[in-house]
Amino acid sequence: MYKYIIRRILVFIPMLFALTVMVFALAQAAPGDPFTGRMLDPTVNPEVYQQQREALGLNDPYPVQYMNWMKNILQGDFGNSIYYNGRSVLELISQRFANTLYLGLFSLTITLVVSIPIGIYSAKKPYSILDYATTGFGFLGLAIPNFFFGLIAIYIFAIHFGWFPSQGTVSSNDVTGFAELIDRLHHLVLPGITLGLAGTATYMRYMRSEVLDVLGSDYIRTAKAKGMSSNNVLYKHTLRNALIPIITLMGIEFGVLVSGAVITEQVFNFPGLGTLFLQSITNRDYPVIMSINLLFGVFILVGNLLADIFYCVVDPRIRYD
Amino acid sequence: MTNPAVLSVEDLKTYFYLENSNIAKAVDRVNFSIHPGETVALVGESGSGKSITSLSIMQLIDKPGKIVNGSIQLEGRELVQLSNRKMTKIRGKEVGMIFQEPMTALNPVYTIGNQIIEVLRKHKKISKKDARKQAIELLKTVGFPRAEATMKEYPHQLSGGMRQRVMIAIAISCEPKLLIADEPTTALDVTIQAQILDLINEMKKKFNMAVLLITHDLGVVAEYADRVLVMYGGQIVEQGTKRQLFKSAKHPYTNGLLESLPSLDQSSDRLGTIKGTVPAADNFPEGCRFSTRCPHVMEKCIKTNPDILSDDSGHGVRCFLYEEEEK
Repeated sequence: MYKYIIRRILVFIPMLFALTVMVFALAQAAPGDPFTGRMLDPTVNPEVYQQQREALGLNDPYPVQYMNWMKNILQGDFGNSIYYNGRSVLELISQRFANTLYLGLFSLTITLVVSIPIGIYSAKKPYSILDYATTGFGFLGLAIPNFFFGLIAIYIFAIHFGWFPSQGTVSSNDVTGFAELIDRLHHLVLPGITLGLAGTATYMRYMRSEVLDVLGSDYIRTAKAKGMSSNNVLYKHTLRNALIPIITLMGIEFGVLVSGAVITEQVFNFPGLGTLFLQSITNRDYPVIMSINLLFGVFILVGNLLADIFYCVVDPRIRYD
Repeated sequence: MTNPAVLSVEDLKTYFYLENSNIAKAVDRVNFSIHPGETVALVGESGSGKSITSLSIMQLIDKPGKIVNGSIQLEGRELVQLSNRKMTKIRGKEVGMIFQEPMTALNPVYTIGNQIIEVLRKHKKISKKDARKQAIELLKTVGFPRAEATMKEYPHQLSGGMRQRVMIAIAISCEPKLLIADEPTTALDVTIQAQILDLINEMKKKFNMAVLLITHDLGVVAEYADRVLVMYGGQIVEQGTKRQLFKSAKHPYTNGLLESLPSLDQSSDRLGTIKGTVPAADNFPEGCRFSTRCPHVMEKCIKTNPDILSDDSGHGVRCFLYEEEEK
């Protein structure tokens, strides 16, 4: 098992390298640099911009730029934002990252708490009224675009009923301690549900079909023939097998935890990574774009790594290959 | 046959209510009984209702199937209509079951030990430690020399024959009164088949179990069964001792089956066949179920289904050809 995990981590390294190349190449492939398309001060000599480009290393050949970038990253230096007057990218990102991570975790928690029990229940009673209802809800959840659902949620629950705030992460800086936690959670409800909607539908459908599949398998019949109670059959024999494909899904969703919120954050004016990402793209702030891209990529890779490791915890057939 | 039967099945009907509102009469008016230490073979083609009969005994018929009528008594205790909760105390304890596909019959994510200990603890209410000891003993009994290592192994690390041995260990773990073996060797190599059947036989003698051996292999029947039930179209068409069946089979279907066996005594270029296929269970003929394929079909066979008639020795047959003879 450990051999497998070590091997899997070793594969992770070249993938990480490939990721940096991709991120760099994509940034270079985009036209323009931070100075193009800006309302430039006409009193400033264009020579100055040229000097700035030279100073920032934007005129170096690509391999040299890449090597410099990598060298800095390996030393923990993600460069400075060009748009935000040279504030460090790390500082910019870390401010927003926590917000996005809370949002992602909150949404994932809601997703799992809602979808897994419903999925199991629908599989236990297939073609029941509740099964049809959740199936209908599932398709609706998958079909409605995030931003649209977000707007409707704001209209109904924030404007009409006034139950939840429609934007931001906290009401004011005055609240502290436990009150702050409650306040922050209160702010997370609408964006969290909006972000988790599609995921909830997906997990629910997966869970239903997996449990249904496993319930029909031979070893479940064996467990029943052994005299195991229905609960034992469901929670011991069925669930562990049904969760194997769910782990794949979670591995992929782990990346979405941080990157999936780009649009939702916009709708709820949520100061997270997504908002920063979109701003940086508009401003052609390449150091920020590249760093966020890299972060998204790393999360997806780590998600897959974790999924693979969890596989071999759950499924003994994978361990000994 | 003075001692009471372990299992007696009377007038069992298990029907499946299909979506097109047809009713598949998978098991229709089946009667038989099994006594301690006896191996009864249930023989028939695929789709003849053998497995549904065995699952009916276990009360493991899932929707849309349902036992609509009849009685299944295990040592005098009625199983039909028993709550699932009460059935869980019978399954695995009073009745053990072995299935056709050892490759998929064990849960892939739990160790062999886990899956044996589980059943011991459920029915015997013993400590984990004692259960472990007993599980190791069981594995040794069914032929695992390094039982302790096997306890920690997962099903995928064992061969098909070995997995079937584990299934047998699970099935006999609580010394059941009845062992149902549903085509236990169909998925195994021929060389392994004999070993597994010998093992079942040995266990039968050791625990004085009654065995219901479901098979479509007449060679297996000849070797291991005491009595034989021949099923066709959800009904028993002929029943008797092994000797009666092989020496003086009456029903045209049984004869057809026997003729389709290769024989060392007679040289013939072609084996006998039974023309046609088993009709679907929701589309059985109105009269005798075998009438569509029977070489001796008569007019009344098409209209009415004959009853099963037994002679004094217990050799019974469901066929009009022998009706006159009885009277």
